Order: sequence, then C-alpha cells, then structure tokens
Amino acid sequence: MTSNVLLRCRGLSAAVEDKQILHDIDLQVPQGEVHVLMGPNGAGKSTLGHVLMGNPAYEVIGGDIEFDGADITELTPDKRSQAGLFLSFQAPVEIPGVPLRSFLRAMMEGRGEKMKNKEFRKKTQALAETLDMDPAYLDRELGVGFSGGEKKKVEMLQLLLLQPKLAILDETDSGLDVDALSVVSRGMELYREQCDGTLLIITHNTRILEHLNVDRVHVMVSGHMVAEGTAELIDEIDAQGFERYEASISPSEGAHSGRPDTK
Amino acid sequence: MAETKTTVTASGKKRTQVDDVDRSMYDFRYDDADAEKLDAGLTPDIVREISERKDEPAWMLEHRLKSLEIFNSIDMSDWGPSIDGLDMDNIVTYVKPNTDQKSDWESVPDNIKDTFDRLGIPQAERSYLAGVGAQYDSELVYHSMQESAAKMGIVYSGIEEALHGEYADLIKEKFMTLIPPTDHKFAALHGAVWSGGSFVYVPKGVKLDYPLQSYFRLNAKGAGQFEHTLIIVEDDADLHFIEGCSAPKYNVANLHAGAVELFVGKRAHLRYSTIENWSKNMYNLNTKRCRCDEEGEIEWISGSFGSHVGYLYPMSILAGRKARASFTGITFAGRGQNLDTGCKVVLAAKDTSASIETKGISKDGGIQTFRSSVVATPAAEGSRCSVSCQSLMLDDRSRSDTIPAMDIRCKNVDIGHEATIGRIGDDKVFYLMSRGISEEEARTMIVNGFAEPISKELPLEYAVEMNNLIKLEMEGAIG
Repeated sequence: MTSNVLLRCRGLSAAVEDKQILHDIDLQVPQGEVHVLMGPNGAGKSTLGHVLMGNPAYEVIGGDIEFDGADITELTPDKRSQAGLFLSFQAPVEIPGVPLRSFLRAMMEGRGEKMKNKEFRKKTQALAETLDMDPAYLDRELGVGFSGGEKKKVEMLQLLLLQPKLAILDETDSGLDVDALSVVSRGMELYREQCDGTLLIITHNTRILEHLNVDRVHVMVSGHMVAEGTAELIDEIDAQGFERYEASISPSEGAHSGRPDTK
Repeated sequence: MAETKTTVTASGKKRTQVDDVDRSMYDFRYDDADAEKLDAGLTPDIVREISERKDEPAWMLEHRLKSLEIFNSIDMSDWGPSIDGLDMDNIVTYVKPNTDQKSDWESVPDNIKDTFDRLGIPQAERSYLAGVGAQYDSELVYHSMQESAAKMGIVYSGIEEALHGEYADLIKEKFMTLIPPTDHKFAALHGAVWSGGSFVYVPKGVKLDYPLQSYFRLNAKGAGQFEHTLIIVEDDADLHFIEGCSAPKYNVANLHAGAVELFVGKRAHLRYSTIENWSKNMYNLNTKRCRCDEEGEIEWISGSFGSHVGYLYPMSILAGRKARASFTGITFAGRGQNLDTGCKVVLAAKDTSASIETKGISKDGGIQTFRSSVVATPAAEGSRCSVSCQSLMLDDRSRSDTIPAMDIRCKNVDIGHEATIGRIGDDKVFYLMSRGISEEEARTMIVNGFAEPISKELPLEYAVEMNNLIKLEMEGAIG
C-alpha cells in the first residue's frame, strides 16, 4: 500500500492566528483510490483541505505533506496545483469583471497548455453541456450571481478540464440541493472514468458517495484524526453519528494538542 | 536653458519625488545656470511672441493678454495634492519647451522605453509618442480620417488652422466660454499660452460611425502641453472622440495644462474617451468641460494612469431639459503618484440626469482621491444623479479617499451617492492560485476585473492597452 501513495501527511499540525486547529494529522491516500473524510461540524476537515492546498491563512506548525513523491509543505498553492493537486471549494469565490472562460483559459495557460482559441471554446462548451450547464455561463463573470448549484458545476468543470492527480472535494456544506449533489456525483464519476482520478472527499452527506466505491474512510474530531476504516464506517456513522469519537477526545484536547509539537 | 532641460530629463521617476534637500539643489542649479530666467516670469512680450508666431487674429492676442493679467493676479488653489514641485517662478520654462528641448531618443527615460516595448508599440511609433520622432504612418491615417469625415461635412483640424478657416467666427464665439480664464490659475495660464489642439465641428444631424482620434493630431505636431480642444456637435449629430492614447506620452517639460471645451446640441450625442498616461514626472492640471442642450448627451470615458500629480474633473453642464451625462472613470495611482480625479455635474434644467461610476486603484504608496461635485440649480426640478465610486487599495502603504460634494438648491430632485473602499480578498487570491495561477497574475486578474466596467466601454485596442497597462503596473506588486 505504501508503494503507490500519492498523498501523505505526517504529524501535520496547523494554526490560524496562533490558534491551533489541526493536531498531528497522519493521512495517506494511495493513487487511484477514493477516500472520504468525515467528522462533525468544526472538526477541521475543511481546514485540512485548505492546508493541503496551501492556503496561506493557515500556518503549518508541525509535520509535512508529501505529494507524488515530493515534499510540498513549503510550496505555494499555484505550485501545488501544477504538481497535480486540486481543491474543489465549498464556497467558490466571486471575481467581478473576469469572464469564466478567461479564467479557465488563464488556468490552462498557467500549466503551459497552449490550446487554440477555437479548440478551447469547443472543449469548454462540451464540458459545460456534459455537466448540464448553460454554456452562456462561460461568458459570465466568474461566480457573480451564480447559484450554489451553478458554482458547483463550475468547480466540476475545472476538475474535468484540469484532470489533476488528486482532487480534494470539500462538500461539507449541507446547503447542497439535489441538483448540486447530482452534478458533483457526475463530476466525480467522469473524473474517475477519464483519468483514473484519486479522490479525497470531505463530506457530511453520504448521498454523493452512492455511486462510488469508497476505499477508505477517515474520521476527524476537534482537529484530530480519530478513526480510519473501510466503507462500512460510513453506514456506521450514518446510524450512530460521531458521538463515540467525540467522547474519545477530551474537550481540552481540542484547544491544544495533547502531544508536544515536534517543530 | 540646456541645463534646465537636462535636470528635468534626468529626474525621471525618482527625482519627481525629491525631498527638500534635493530640491534645493535644483534651485541652486537654476540660479547658477541661467540667472536672468529667474526674474523673467511670464511677460506680455512672451505672450505676444507666441501669438505672433501663430499669426493669430487680433482678438486672440487680446484674449491671451487678458488671461495673462488674470494669471498674474490670482492665487494658486490651496486644496488638493501639492504642486510644489512645479517651478512657478520660472513658469516660462514650461511655456517654451519646444525651443530648448533636445529631442532625441536617448534622452527618453528607460522606464518609458521599456513600457513602449511591453505594450508592443512599434519603434517608429514609440519615438513620436515620446515626442522625439518624425511623423510616420499616423499622419496618413489622420489624413484619411480627415478626408472621409470631410465628405460628411465634418471639420476635423488643428485649432490653430481653424482660426483662419470657415468656422473662425464660431470659434471666437465659443473659445474659453466654458472654461473662462478666471476659473483658476491654470485656466488663466492656458488662456495666455495655449498652443495646438483639435477643432471638431459636426453639422446638424450628421452621425459619424467611427471615432475620431486626437492621438494622430497631437503627435503630428509633437504638441500637448497647453493644447486646446474645441468640439461642437450640432443638434441631432453624433460623435465619438478619443483623446490621446494609453501609451506613455513623454514630455521633457512636466506641466500639462490643456483645456477641452465640448458643446453638445439638442438631441446630439458625444462620447469623449481618454486614457491619460503621461510620464510620471508630469503635473497634469487639465480642465475639461461640456455643455449639453435639450436632450443632448455627453458620455465621458476617462482613464488616468500616468502623471506624478493629477487634478482632473471633467464637468458636465446640463443646460437643456432632459440633457444627460454619464461619467465612467478609472484612476490608478502607483508609487510616487498623487492623482486627484473625479467629475463635476451641474443639473441646470428640468428633468436632466447624470450617472457617475468610477473606480480607483492605489498601490505602492500611491494616493488616489475621488472628488466629485454635483450641483442642482433651482431650475433642476425632476432631475436625478447617481454617484458610485469604488476604490481598491492594493497594500497598506497606499491611500484612497472619496470626497463627494453635493449642492442641492432644488426640491424634487433625486441625488444619490455610494462609495466603497476595499482590498483584494485573500480568499480570491488563494482560489485563483489553487488553480495554478501565480500570485502576481491572480492579483492582476482581479484588478483587471475591477477595471472591466471601464475597459468594456473602450474600443478594443484601447481596452487591450489598458489591460496591458494594469499588468505593467501590477508587476512586482508582490512581496
């Protein structure tokens, strides 16, 4: 299993404005697998996604992140993206005045992919249709006035356009409607089909997992990784919730790690 | 005089921000090199000489001399950015730059040459944009433009030639009536020493479907310090006029006090677009005004990127019922720049309307101020005006201010103002970077997006140049 590990973090601890949020996280995601990260609200799941992607709002105070055989702990987000990492945002931003298509174009050019304008238009158009997205959105300003579902479609469109080695899908937001859920599901399936993608799905909502074969499930509580198991764990959590894991973390441990940081 | 020129030329960007010690060194050099200039000031003789050289009608000489009197008698404005860097005791230096200017490519500062390069402007064009070259193809373009416009009865020529032409009386009737020399000190200076500029006359009902560009005109004469633009759009006519262009205009003498007077007839329409990108040693003290008659419409598109100090507030006087004005402007103040821009509107008749939308960007210690004045006269019943101004500060050292003034002397008018000042959200930068876009490019993209409502109003080639300009300004913004 360790031979083809795509993402590995060891003892990863992170803080925001001196408040530690992630405590000594160990995680391994092998190439081609589907992993799910679960946990109650405020467990630090989204934070982990952002720290893996290199969001400068968080400071890594311990441990390291290895991706595709290289230490990426110190890399800026753009370099991580170019290395093949992708994060689908829970709440994608709005950038007024920047048409979606220009943004997609800059994204592709950022990784040195030169594509003729016509070819690029054709490709984005086709992808939009695949995702039941009105191609007129491609000419609209990025995210501005998009519904939650439309924003998700745009995230999936980017996933399929970039075909990253590993996609972290941050779906924790319970606000996803049925339409958005099905788009995310379809996006994930296509990504798996097209490039044997590796997935780390952060979610509350097990419905989007229905059509996927989940390889591993990780459970986070209060910034700690508390359990790991097979897909059966999902059903168990569905039935019993996180209480039993929460009990394993004393309230004080949430605020500061029981173990001293090594760095 | 050669000494003076060298000083200014060599000053480039850095020297325009000199501290007191440095400036005293300048003063010393002026003293030393050319003592007689110091007490010369601007005299009636100099003004007569200018007029004579131009072979002007007598009324113009009179106008110049009267303006000179006013110039010498009124005080400098005491508001707005400092213009201490201007050598007011030696104003004549700015008035006769052509005679002592050494025009060669070598004397153009490197940062400007570099900008020409990056904007992709051909070598031939670069040199005349910098005011040092001869006239190449743009003269041809200008002539062909002039010819096809002439077929429609439109006059488009240098204003000095026009003073001897068919519309000489019309010019006499309108010249400096919107901007009287008494308006402010630099209007008076302009009245006394103005030189060059364009005259456009669009007859009744004539609609031109392509823009006229003064770019060609200005370069043709290598002029541009005190140019006067006079445009008359008669009833039911339509014109789009583009002033200048976004490539940097380099001038050795660093004072620009031009004047633009626009007359829009009944139901006529004029769009006046400018992207100003003077070199960054420039004091840009330009005055622009438009009068609109009944149901006439003026649209201002205004971009301010260059200059060390800028004062620019295009004014719309809505004199006829249902006259309309819109102002769309963007100002980008970078290192060492203090750009005070905005607009003025006078609602002077029933049911007039105006909308003002501006964007301001400050970076690298730059100061950007939006200043507006909306006046509703007692005659303005049923009029409305909305002002919206958004500012973006790119770092902690920069500054953005909003100073809106409103003077409402009429009941039953609808005047609104909204302003926001913000920064580039870290979440937006992170989002773009997480897609493989570099930080610099991400920030540039966000700023370009911010500027988009302005750039979309511009003809494509100008919009592209404006985006390139923003890109240039954003380079090295990180870290």
